[in-house]
Amino acid sequence: MSILEIDNLEVEVEDKKIIDGLNLKINRGEVHALMGQNGCGKSTLAKTITGHFAVKVLGGAITYKNRDLLSMEPEERANRGIFMSFQSPREIPGVNNLYFLKTAYNIKQEFLGKEELNSAQLLKKIKELTEELGIDDKILKRYVNDGFSGGEKKTNELLQMLLLEPDLIILDEIDSGLDIDALKRVGEGINKLLDGNRSVLIITHYKRVLDYIKPDVVHVMSGGKIIKTGDISIVNILEDKGYGGISNATS
Amino acid sequence: MGIPLEEQKILSGVAVDAVFDSVSVVTTFHEHLKEKGIIFCSISEAAKNHPELLKKYLGSVVPYSDNYFATLNSAVFTDGSFVYIPKNTRCPMELSTYFRINAQNTGQFERTLIIADEGSYVSYNEGCSAPQRDENQLHAAVVELIAHKDAQIKYSTIQNWYPGDSEGKGGIYNFVTKRGICHENAKISWTQVETGSAITWKYPSCILKGDNSVGEFYSVALTTLKQQADTGTKMIHLGKNTKSTIISKGISALNGKNSYRGLVKFSGNATGSRNFSQCDSLLIGENCSAHTFPYLDTANQDSIVEHEATTSKISDEQLFYLRQRGINPEDSVSLIVNGFCKEVLKELPMEFAVEARELLNISLEGSIG
Repeated sequence: MSILEIDNLEVEVEDKKIIDGLNLKINRGEVHALMGQNGCGKSTLAKTITGHFAVKVLGGAITYKNRDLLSMEPEERANRGIFMSFQSPREIPGVNNLYFLKTAYNIKQEFLGKEELNSAQLLKKIKELTEELGIDDKILKRYVNDGFSGGEKKTNELLQMLLLEPDLIILDEIDSGLDIDALKRVGEGINKLLDGNRSVLIITHYKRVLDYIKPDVVHVMSGGKIIKTGDISIVNILEDKGYGGISNATS
Repeated sequence: MGIPLEEQKILSGVAVDAVFDSVSVVTTFHEHLKEKGIIFCSISEAAKNHPELLKKYLGSVVPYSDNYFATLNSAVFTDGSFVYIPKNTRCPMELSTYFRINAQNTGQFERTLIIADEGSYVSYNEGCSAPQRDENQLHAAVVELIAHKDAQIKYSTIQNWYPGDSEGKGGIYNFVTKRGICHENAKISWTQVETGSAITWKYPSCILKGDNSVGEFYSVALTTLKQQADTGTKMIHLGKNTKSTIISKGISALNGKNSYRGLVKFSGNATGSRNFSQCDSLLIGENCSAHTFPYLDTANQDSIVEHEATTSKISDEQLFYLRQRGINPEDSVSLIVNGFCKEVLKELPMEFAVEARELLNISLEGSIG
């Protein structure tokens, strides 16, 4: 059963066409990797799915859990289970990270008609997560991403993801700024969430991250569309011949 | 700032003096405070029962000739709040005065006088509100604080006078003179959250007369609709080794205009003194503005001044990040604004801080496009 279906999508950003006739179907429980060179439109695709303000959809449709995704506000998409780990998570100075986590968690619970948690209950839940993953819980007391290192920011994204238990996870260049140990931890955290029902879209330049989160399907994007889809073996071709190798193979 | 406040505040253990249209209507916890020798009453009662204190201190920090609105106040004021804390006494509870302008076509000219005798401590809260009127109304108050040797006064304000409408019609003109004097080793701390009034001109100040005295000013001023706030402080360093801290947070939305205007002055005698000032502005939207006017006047070579200023905008990317976490735009803005004001809000007594947060949220409603 599909969770996300993109049909003939056309998108422009600042009057420039970035995505041009893209099709993609992700089923529940699948991990997809979307690879491509800088500027091929893969981050724009993530922004389109999450409802970023800079994105203008010119044509096509996106169906998420059998609903029209493009008519939803960004916060509704989030509350319905779409979570993006940002390439550059924003800083919110003065806002306590734990308070932020509580706010986001309880808004989602309310949206789903589930029980909200008070600070003590939530702290307990979060501490279980941080202990399990070996995350220093000092990041709970700091301001949201304020003065965080690249690795800490990504760790904080992971923590939010684990807490919010999304159904569709988009990882936008999750490995940028991470050393191998941190990447391994992030990979373990994400694998923990993969229960056969959740889906992941990994957006990446490099193979590295795919050593830790194994994709079922790999797509190569170029010129605003997906030019090749296959299994992990595509990655090996990319490693050997580069993106040029793929383009040549299809042309 | 809810009425009926009496039940509410009694439950929460805060002593309250309510001044409606410059007439003190209710003072609570009177007897309880009396046991400690603390006087908390209206100015008119103080005139009857403690004339010697009134004669000695009223007008001693803000003379009637100080400025136009102080003169007006001195000529016509009818009532206000009076506090006296005896030597070496720590006031056991927060003292609160609640001001409200009810009548139409009127001004409010109340007067507040707080005397903290040697070695004493008091935390005093002032809240203001007024119902909606089409006409402009004037609020011209005078507040005087006297902190004797080793005494501390913490003075917190939440100002929520009617701001007028989006066209700038109606609203309060809030022209207030607030000043305190610190004797040796004393400390005065002003904290204010200004969200109301059509126009605010207000500069709670400290005269650091005694050696080693300390002045603090923590301010959040929010201007939205067509509001204008011109606020800041004067720190007058007269004694040696005096210290002052200024943290000002200005938030502007819609057509709001926000100015920080402050003076830090070191006299020739104030050697070894220092000031730290931080003035941050946050802009929401395209039509608002923020201005910073820091004045510095130093007559000795031995004092240290630090000034930091920033201006930032709530960025679309910041908003998007929060929305991607399921938080709607209004809640996202209030989260960012509360974070921005953190350093000031933490200076408020707890209940007051909760109120201030709610007030900021309410005031920001409809401020984002």
